[in-house]
Amino acid sequence: MRIVGKGIAKIDGMSIATGKPVYTEDLAMANSLIIKILRSPHAFARIISIDTTNAEKVEGVECIFTYKDVPQQRFTLAGQSYPEPSPYDRLILEKVVRYVGDEVAIIAAVDEKIALKAMGLIKVKYELLEPVLNFEEAIGHSSIVHSEDDLHCNFNIGMNKNMNIVASHKLEIGDVEEELQKCDVVVEETFYTQANAHAMMETYRASSYLDHTGRLVVISSTQIPFHVRRQLARALQIPASKIRVIKPRIGGGFGGKQTSVVEIFTGMVTLKTGKPSIIVYDRKETFSCTTSRHAMRLMVRLGANKEGYIKVVDIQGLSDTGAYGEHASTVFSVVGDKTLPLYNKTTAVRFMGNVVYTNKMPAGAFRGYGVTQGAFALESAVNMMAEKLAIDPTEFRLKNLIKAGETCLTYKGKLLGSSSLHKCIEKGKELIGWNAKFPAQVISNNKVRAVGMAVTMQGSGIAGIDTASAEIRLNDDGNFTLLIGSTDMGTGSDTILAQMAAEILETSMENIIVNAADTDVSPYDPGSYASSTTYVTGMAVVQAAEDLKQQIIEYGARYLETATEEVEFDGQTIKTIEGDKSVSLEKLAELQVLGAGKHQLVGNATYGSPVSPPPFIAGFAEVEVDQETGKVDVIDYVAVVDCGTVINPNLARIQVEGGIVQGIGMAMYEDVKYGGKGNLQTNTFMQYKIPCRKDIGNVKVAFVESFEVTGPFGAKSIGEVVINTPAPAIAHAVYNAVKARITTLPVTPEKVFMEMQKRAE
Amino acid sequence: MQIEVIVNHKKISLKVENNEFLSETLRAHGMLSIRKGCDTTCCGLCSVWVDGKPTLSCAMLSFRANGKTITTIEGVQEEAKTFAEILVAEGAEQCGFCSPGFIMTVLAMKNELSNPTDSEIIHYLTGNLCRCTGYLGQLRAVKKYLGVL
Repeated sequence: MRIVGKGIAKIDGMSIATGKPVYTEDLAMANSLIIKILRSPHAFARIISIDTTNAEKVEGVECIFTYKDVPQQRFTLAGQSYPEPSPYDRLILEKVVRYVGDEVAIIAAVDEKIALKAMGLIKVKYELLEPVLNFEEAIGHSSIVHSEDDLHCNFNIGMNKNMNIVASHKLEIGDVEEELQKCDVVVEETFYTQANAHAMMETYRASSYLDHTGRLVVISSTQIPFHVRRQLARALQIPASKIRVIKPRIGGGFGGKQTSVVEIFTGMVTLKTGKPSIIVYDRKETFSCTTSRHAMRLMVRLGANKEGYIKVVDIQGLSDTGAYGEHASTVFSVVGDKTLPLYNKTTAVRFMGNVVYTNKMPAGAFRGYGVTQGAFALESAVNMMAEKLAIDPTEFRLKNLIKAGETCLTYKGKLLGSSSLHKCIEKGKELIGWNAKFPAQVISNNKVRAVGMAVTMQGSGIAGIDTASAEIRLNDDGNFTLLIGSTDMGTGSDTILAQMAAEILETSMENIIVNAADTDVSPYDPGSYASSTTYVTGMAVVQAAEDLKQQIIEYGARYLETATEEVEFDGQTIKTIEGDKSVSLEKLAELQVLGAGKHQLVGNATYGSPVSPPPFIAGFAEVEVDQETGKVDVIDYVAVVDCGTVINPNLARIQVEGGIVQGIGMAMYEDVKYGGKGNLQTNTFMQYKIPCRKDIGNVKVAFVESFEVTGPFGAKSIGEVVINTPAPAIAHAVYNAVKARITTLPVTPEKVFMEMQKRAE
Repeated sequence: MQIEVIVNHKKISLKVENNEFLSETLRAHGMLSIRKGCDTTCCGLCSVWVDGKPTLSCAMLSFRANGKTITTIEGVQEEAKTFAEILVAEGAEQCGFCSPGFIMTVLAMKNELSNPTDSEIIHYLTGNLCRCTGYLGQLRAVKKYLGVL
């Protein structure tokens, strides 16, 4: 291959690196109204009265909206294919406020200072309600977070709103209780995974204006332009044909921008005033009024026989979705979907539990989407089981993990298409020096070094649901325009999709113009989430390019007055096999578009996969623990990745490194915390620490390629799987160092120290 | 009040409010590479040079810039491109949102430190956060740029 598999620089790299104005805020109309949101100071309350009289008198205030001004049609902000599995439990503004930070009023003014001044003059009286703050007490709580009658689910997700249950889920194959009885060894432990903040560098923002035909144009830093269009149409009660959503360059997403946080506010202001407007969340709002990862409690029971085979996996969970149910049921079901297939020597498996409403900031999509939570619980339990059976945890996994060509209980009859996970484990052991280092070495009087490991899988798109289209035009000058609706948020997906098109059309990257994403122009794509872009949109691009290539050959043959089978195309020239006649691509393009041909050649494809082939990672951590303080340093991390064919090794490597470091942040310190009244405490980078340069030791990344026959050039996904292993691998290493078993993330020095004390007693 | 500053080699006179920060002033005057990533001077996105020294423009009141020379990435495009090419070849710009501030700090470091070690580089750049790359590719790029492989 000439282009696929090469570490080509991102096509937008130089522009974004050198500070060119290509992001949402840079593209807003001059003189846009500035939007600010008045927010609830209470976790759960009913608005008794709201008086905007004085605020409206402030010179420069354009409009103020309260719950009295919004359409009464409930919707969800979750970016999911219609019909969304997330409940329609929101109004733009509502008389009931359900978390500290929930929207109370929308203020638009000519500048920020005036908007803030007006905000201070709005008088609101609240009737306080008892909030539900502890998710373990949500079911059956005396307060009901959503008691409204018009809350709507598109289909049954197991909602029982009077019990604060958003969704319930049960997947059981075989009889777990009966099979556990037959096991020689059983491990049972309860794990807690915390809420995390995405903390992308570009906070949430969108701007809008009315175009020359009066349509609403929204420029948004979003992962999901087509879903945003549909949500705006429903929430604002206008036809989708009257809305255009444009996604420019995005300053990071990590799943956060798979939920539409701000678009409705700017859309509503522009629609009502006819004036351009912009809303930019500050960091505090981004931390406290958007979404976080779902915090979960996961009780795991594993059963194994004395031969060292895992026979039973049982995971019972409880997930905290906060005040609104974005991604509630799907994040939860994915916990089981992407963990239970791993260990396939089982005779019974189960994943069940509930997702509950609480009066906290809503949870939403976040890189890993439930697998991260599930991996911490299951992999930690697998490490406990290996210890109980006195088997090396790497050997234990090599013995128990699914291989390509095998099936598992939850995908009965379906064979795993590709996996090099066993080789990833072998390679990772080598790179970390496992055999020499496992389990631990005392370095000095108070320092111990130890290693730990975990494996994980994710999916590649959502099987049977994600459907992406791609279009490639042959332009009049012989260049190509690739039109896609996927949303490069920094990952480089625009680049790797162009690589695929260039490979098939046998042209160079320079000849491919990439246009993405604009709902007026792009063919439909759900957006970039669920690890779908390389795999799903990638296949659409491959098929569209092949379609166009075939047309080039057909129309070339027609021009050469010969049969299609008699010509070949090398990317520049269409010529007869005998070599006696030829036409350049440039000439053919010109003729088709401007000349006698009168038929511009356009390749099209729509692709959705019946399967979601899993990428795999074997992750290994080496930590140094200070026995006097419990302080943990991750001195080395090894991630060996099977993402099928690596389309662009440089961009894939950075995806892995970035994901591992985010995972280390989650494992070690990132923790969304609330005060006693439901106020979010971690609302700056001072309180919510993300990894900085000094926190990161060595991270080694290696790829062991497999070939996924259903994927473009054999590729699978990479974006999410990378975040799943650090938490369980680091917790394992810490245990191996000082025998402190941390079951509640993050692994802080305090917890490690306290566990060590408990053991000493 | 009115301030006299040199911004990207041009002497200009600006009217600023008493409570206005340099990041706001610069952005309002077309330096769109200046971004605000936090409210607490933690992220480094708004890094510029004031009299050649890397400075968080979100933490400097505009009137204090009176008489000073300010440089943003718009003013050092050639030098920025030299490093950006290495960064981009490494794939380590990712979303690019933190890149302008990061690059301004890297260029300042090049002037300030000769032959720095890894830990000196990391220490110098530690105030520039990045959520995408995990920093490792950035370190590789910086070392290539400085020729300290």
